[in-house]
Amino acid sequence: MWRYFLPAAAFIALGGLFAFALVRIGQGSLDIREIKSPLLGKPAPGFRLPTLAEPGRVVASSAFAGRPYLVNVWGTWCAECRAEHSALLAIGRTSGLPIVGLDWKDDRQEAIAYLRELGNPYAETLSDNDGRTAIDWGVYGAPETFLVSADGHVLEKHIGALSLAIWQKKFAPRLAGGGAP
Amino acid sequence: MKRVALALWLVLAAVGARAIDTEAAFPDAERQGRYERWIHELRCVQCQNAAIADSPVGLASDLRRQVREMIAAGQSDAAIKAFMVERYGDFVLYDPPLTARTYALWAAPAVLMLLALGVAVRVIVRRSKATIDSDPEDAA
Repeated sequence: MWRYFLPAAAFIALGGLFAFALVRIGQGSLDIREIKSPLLGKPAPGFRLPTLAEPGRVVASSAFAGRPYLVNVWGTWCAECRAEHSALLAIGRTSGLPIVGLDWKDDRQEAIAYLRELGNPYAETLSDNDGRTAIDWGVYGAPETFLVSADGHVLEKHIGALSLAIWQKKFAPRLAGGGAP
Repeated sequence: MKRVALALWLVLAAVGARAIDTEAAFPDAERQGRYERWIHELRCVQCQNAAIADSPVGLASDLRRQVREMIAAGQSDAAIKAFMVERYGDFVLYDPPLTARTYALWAAPAVLMLLALGVAVRVIVRRSKATIDSDPEDAA
């Protein structure tokens, strides 16, 4: 009897596993392309980059030390960045955290025009033209958003477009409770 | 027919000529070899199903530049690996290391092989018994 039952049970178990994963992907709660950042809980990589508005002025991560801040990686070539822009403006307004915009491998004039058109959520907008800072932060696709704690550790990272719901669920508890993940 | 053959040959020739770097990164074979090995070992984390050697996206070319610079600066293979894993995790390597999380992955082929062997042995033993039992000379 078991020689008929066993293959059927194995088939049903495998089918169940596939259905479970497909439903979660469909709901958006499972992203098979997401790579968990090895930086979570570790000291944030620094940056030292020229600003978008005045390329002669250089801003370093030390300017933000001592309080929590956000780093948002974006580009005018990135459609999802446009989708999250209004959420970013709202988060900047309501959370009171400074947002550092990392303009990744972008055209300077287009980036300036983009912020003029959609509004500027960033305390500082920095140009990462050669992509070295993005590599240091383990960035693999914009938009990506990092929350850095007051003592300079990476508390949280979100890959893909931010929304207020994601902010409330992933980032707000980290700010309230603090601590490493 | 000749034209078809020529077209086919051109297509096949183009398949081999898809290298992304237009010229060698290093003049010497030793460093060029290390460079080639690394760019085929590192995954393009943006496109995820190609090595950085085969990917046209910006991040892959930035990572190739990183490998090139680290080799030029005389850095070891361990340093290159550590640099990439610190930033992108083990997923960036096409040859994942043996860790508590990957034991199952590494053990699976051996376990499946043993299972298959076990089944094969059972079937063979049963079949050979069956043929002996049904041997007409035995019945006689």
